[in-house]
Amino acid sequence: MSHHIVEAKNLQHVYPDGTIAIKDVSFRITHGESVAIIGANGAGKSTLLQHLNGCLIATSGQIRIGDTQLSKGTLPDIRRTVGMVFQYPDDQLFMPTVFEDVAFGPLNLGLSGEEVEQRVTEALERVGAGHLRTKPPYNLSGGEKKRVAIATVLAMSPDILVMDEPTSGLDPFARRQLISLLREFQHTKIFTSHDLDMVLDLCQRTIILHEGEIMADGPTGEIFLNEELLAACRLEKPFSMQGCPICNGKTGTKKT
Amino acid sequence: MTSIHAAVIDLKRLELLAESDSAIHVIDARAKVLVTLVFIVAVVSHNRYELARLLPFFIFPAVMIALAGLPTLYLARKIALISIFVLMVGLFNPVFDRTILYQVGQWGISGGWISLFSLLIRSMLTVGAAFILVGTTGFTAVCQALERLGIPQLFAIQLLFLHRYIFVLADEAGRSSRARELRSCGKKGLGVASFGSLVGHLLLRTWQRAERIHTAMLARGFVGQFHAHRKSRFGMAEIYFLLGWSTLFILLRAFDITETLVASMAGVLP
Ligand SMILES: Nc1ncnc2c1ncn2[C@@H]1O[C@H](COP(=O)(O)OP(=O)(O)OP(=O)(O)O)[C@@H](O)[C@H]1O
Ligand SMILES: [Mg+2]
Repeated sequence: MSHHIVEAKNLQHVYPDGTIAIKDVSFRITHGESVAIIGANGAGKSTLLQHLNGCLIATSGQIRIGDTQLSKGTLPDIRRTVGMVFQYPDDQLFMPTVFEDVAFGPLNLGLSGEEVEQRVTEALERVGAGHLRTKPPYNLSGGEKKRVAIATVLAMSPDILVMDEPTSGLDPFARRQLISLLREFQHTKIFTSHDLDMVLDLCQRTIILHEGEIMADGPTGEIFLNEELLAACRLEKPFSMQGCPICNGKTGTKKT
Repeated sequence: MTSIHAAVIDLKRLELLAESDSAIHVIDARAKVLVTLVFIVAVVSHNRYELARLLPFFIFPAVMIALAGLPTLYLARKIALISIFVLMVGLFNPVFDRTILYQVGQWGISGGWISLFSLLIRSMLTVGAAFILVGTTGFTAVCQALERLGIPQLFAIQLLFLHRYIFVLADEAGRSSRARELRSCGKKGLGVASFGSLVGHLLLRTWQRAERIHTAMLARGFVGQFHAHRKSRFGMAEIYFLLGWSTLFILLRAFDITETLVASMAGVLP
């Protein structure tokens, strides 16, 4: 199933104001892999992710999804393959009701009324937002919006799932729910997160981005053991690896 | 500006009304769009001093509101709000147009006042009809209907985006003005200077955000096609609906029903 491969080659993005957000980024993610892209604020994570389905066009470099090179002509196909959850759900929800919003993608895929209905119901159930379907999105709480935004993408059953900080703003229960949902998702998934415990939980592979460059790319376990590297990139070990300050008063002193 | 924000949020409620399932809601959007157009043309084409002949037209909004179960008070408030703007536009009519048209006792009523009232009634009727259309159909479905009726797709999409853009603008305006209010500690803020930069920021942010929303639409496979989730076809019910109302409007426009009624009443009553 080569069409679930995501490959970036020498990607560079310069914003119109001259900010070089990412420079010379290359990686290859194969089918079924679960990859986290982590890094400090402003490291370029969101910028990088938005290249994967052509929301941003690289200043130089290439993106390849499966056998298709990303270009103007292949964009519709690629957008069908790559489902993208944006960092701010407000940007993603624009229809008058939650139902219509989740139905927007499937309708664009040309599905019939019944199928759409079924997909929407299923997607909303999976993120635990079934009760919100008749509400207008602008009246939801932040976390509810986030869940609906995730449902809008799930309803399109993408082959590759790309998420920008999926757990930010979720309550602990919804976070757990999302983590198990993501674990069930068999295809390739790529996400950024500041929730390093989730990264440890879900991803075999982690890419560290620092000031627009890849500083490390490897097995998650190894990367989180390299304290020097983490410190250099303004990161910390996941809490679950820091030892509990209450139980044994060991490390963990860095926390406030 | 916070109140504008509230007003727009309130306007969004209009679209939620379109979710219900009354006899009017299930009628094909094209039929409703056409009827509304005929209604608007019939109302607007009256001459500027017309009052009495406009009144029978209120039967359309009344029947539609009743059948569709729309909240009357809410609509009335929206229409009243618009009427204020109309009043501002028409306010000079009585000043410039002083020809006396009617004599009530010793008071002469000038053409200006008549035309002002006529303008008000016409705007209430047309704005009301537009609200009823959106409230029973939803804006997306209206745009889709326009397109299926032969308006170029580009225009229909522009209309849809314009409509969304207004909401985005109001949203951003609400946030900015709240942020400014909170940080100016109850004083006037930094006055005009900060207000200027606020407006500048606002436009930039709205533009950026509209672009991000557009990106999100593209990311979900939007290629300029509308998909209203209510599937419907133009059947017998639509034809009756369209012909029934259109005939009524044309009759009301062509003949002076009010006068006939009054005359026949006068004939019956001794
Ligand atoms: N539209 C823009 N124009 C100019 N510069 C931008 C724009 N968007 C982002 N940047 C800059 O690009 C850099 C990378 O931003 P990006 O949003 O990718 O960071 P991020 O890693 O997602 O951060 P966070 O963790 O805060 O979400 C930042 O320095 C930011 O200031
Ligand atoms: Mg980001």
